[in-house]
Amino acid sequence: MRQFRPQEEVDFVIIGSGAAGGIMAKQLSMAGFSVVVLEQGGWGKYGHEWDYNKDELLQRNISDEDRLMSNPARQRNTFRRTDREEARPGNHSYGSVVGGGTVTYGGSSWRHLPWEFNEASHVGTISGTGLADWPISYEELEPYYTQAEWEMGISGQRVDSPFVAPMSKEYPVPPVPMKSSGALFYRAAAKLGLSVVPGPLAIITEGYMGRSGCVNCGMCSGYGCHVKARSSSAVTVIPLAIETGNCEVRVRSYVREISTDNNGRVTGVTYFNAEKQEVFQNAKAVVLSANAGESARLLLMSASNRFPDGLANSNGVVGRYLMLGGGAGASALFEHPLNDYKGVVSGTGIVDYVPSDPDRGFYGGGRMTSRGYATPISYGLGGLSPDAPRWGAGYKQALRDESRHRMAISCFTTQLPLETNRVDLDPTVKDEWGLPAMRITSTSHPDDIKNMEFFRQKSIEVLEAAGAKSVWAGPVRDSTGGAHNRGTCRLGDDPRTSVVDKYHRAHDVANLFIVDGSNLVTGGRNHPTMTIQALAFRAAEHLVRSARAGEV
Amino acid sequence: MDTQGKSRRSFLIDSVAGLGGVWVAANYPGILAAEDHVLRAAELGQADKFVFFTPEQALEVEEMAAQIIPTDQTPGAREAHVVAFIDRALVTFDSERQADYTQGLEDLAAQARQSFPSAGKFSDLTFDQQMQVLTSIERTPFFNLVRTHTITGFFASPVHGGNHDKIGWQLLGYDDSLNHEAPFGYYDALPQPRG
Repeated sequence: MRQFRPQEEVDFVIIGSGAAGGIMAKQLSMAGFSVVVLEQGGWGKYGHEWDYNKDELLQRNISDEDRLMSNPARQRNTFRRTDREEARPGNHSYGSVVGGGTVTYGGSSWRHLPWEFNEASHVGTISGTGLADWPISYEELEPYYTQAEWEMGISGQRVDSPFVAPMSKEYPVPPVPMKSSGALFYRAAAKLGLSVVPGPLAIITEGYMGRSGCVNCGMCSGYGCHVKARSSSAVTVIPLAIETGNCEVRVRSYVREISTDNNGRVTGVTYFNAEKQEVFQNAKAVVLSANAGESARLLLMSASNRFPDGLANSNGVVGRYLMLGGGAGASALFEHPLNDYKGVVSGTGIVDYVPSDPDRGFYGGGRMTSRGYATPISYGLGGLSPDAPRWGAGYKQALRDESRHRMAISCFTTQLPLETNRVDLDPTVKDEWGLPAMRITSTSHPDDIKNMEFFRQKSIEVLEAAGAKSVWAGPVRDSTGGAHNRGTCRLGDDPRTSVVDKYHRAHDVANLFIVDGSNLVTGGRNHPTMTIQALAFRAAEHLVRSARAGEV
Repeated sequence: MDTQGKSRRSFLIDSVAGLGGVWVAANYPGILAAEDHVLRAAELGQADKFVFFTPEQALEVEEMAAQIIPTDQTPGAREAHVVAFIDRALVTFDSERQADYTQGLEDLAAQARQSFPSAGKFSDLTFDQQMQVLTSIERTPFFNLVRTHTITGFFASPVHGGNHDKIGWQLLGYDDSLNHEAPFGYYDALPQPRG
């Protein structure tokens, strides 16, 4: 791998190597630009993926060395529902390894639907919310969705449905085999008149671009993929970036500040290396791809005399319109064994409730996904039906009776962008590096909660229609953090209401580009990754063009 | 329900019978305790290998574990060597819980004596008496800790000392091969009505 000295002014520093950062690294380095990627995590099992842990006990007691996600005890964060509350220690965690969250995610790769890009125009603005149209249309993004699906390697099946985004090209590999939970989805859907589609997944099902297909090991989401079937940035775009000889990936590099000069231009990035020593990397331009939480925090930490409220934040929008993600679901037991612990997390979706419907009396939509339940330890500790005994002969009998018979529905639902939901800097709590901890303030809009309740009820209906012996569903809960955070650096044409322009350039800083989930104007149905990837391919194409024209 | 215990005791009596009836009668409780540990350790295939627990503590923990996942027509926590797993946990990833066990086992013995004054310790009780004592403490942090450890040890990979012979996974019908082919279950094996 090519290595650069910190004093060398590279063309681009990219902060983060996940869904967006990996793609930016590949596209920019293949275009001939020099690139340093700063990744706060380690290499993981990059290049020796067969060593990825599949041991549930180790996973539950993971060492910092083996961690693939951030550790809330080190990358501390706090949470509060409203700004009238004192924030308490939070459990927000995100991908922290070369490849970011794509190394461990479930792999759902749904596109946003065409009307999601101008939903405000369709359903009308909603008072008290930041529901807004995107500055780009589905048609503009469609070629990049296709590019992302083919370059990353997405399995799926193109369907003709009003509830699924239209595609100009089929998926490169066929969908994962249907599981019993999927078969039960089809059974319920036939009764209820609903539509089921195979889920598009960043998990290849047969040989593709030098990688081999999924072996259905079942230790999937949360674990690294030991056969490289999961199409993470770490096994797709990053190796290609490194191969160009123009790209260095520098791990254990925890960025503290994006530095600017008196002209308001970015000059480079200051980070802590593995020994917690400060290093300044010179760069002509910076691409910030650290995820919606960390990108916003880093901009706010990069305040200076010229940018007293944080970088790219003259309008105060950085960190706002945070969407953490909504969900609901239900579980059920069936007469015969499903063995749903085998295979991917989720293989099918019921999509009829993706659009919002005014007849429901609130704004909101979502996707219902079929899934089984978990690995043995977590199953034993908390997987049984609510009436099962917690220990003793009855507990053991329930383990025997229920374990292979359980299915669950997990719904991914809308969350309205609210100005008051945001990421900012905690005034007192510091992370392990002595930097202000991320503070999350979030309360979902009442419509989001009504929507979650709607999906909870629909989940029960679907499981009953599928012929379940028993069904249960916990109460809906507003979210407190997690992997799907979006929206803190919105795309927009108007510099007063957005952070970056439609090509991801910060309105305030000509050589700063923000490309990640923070850009999402609306959150989709809480399946953000494919849209982040498509945006990255589009942003990179434009950035290459501008840089070549000397416009960066 | 106490067939395991009975068969173990009759084995012990047989094994020491050659020493002479009088001696055995006088020293029976002590021998039983010591032999019991040796026998237990032999069953575990790990003679004298407890690192944290004393043999006496190990016996008490195992009796608790065997209540949480009992032995019925299939093996339970005892046969899965859960106590060996917990001992290891307490000197590795859960070492900060050592004091909880030391104190918790003392409290357990006190609770056993309070409920059944003739008992010296929890393991002296019959199966049903043990169940009664545990029911009275089932909301305590100590019980929940032992429950979590027992279940974790029962279902963790055997390399960590528990789940001996994959007893836990067999109970779930869990195939740990990490390589599966469709059809996976009953419903996806049926002819499918698509759409």
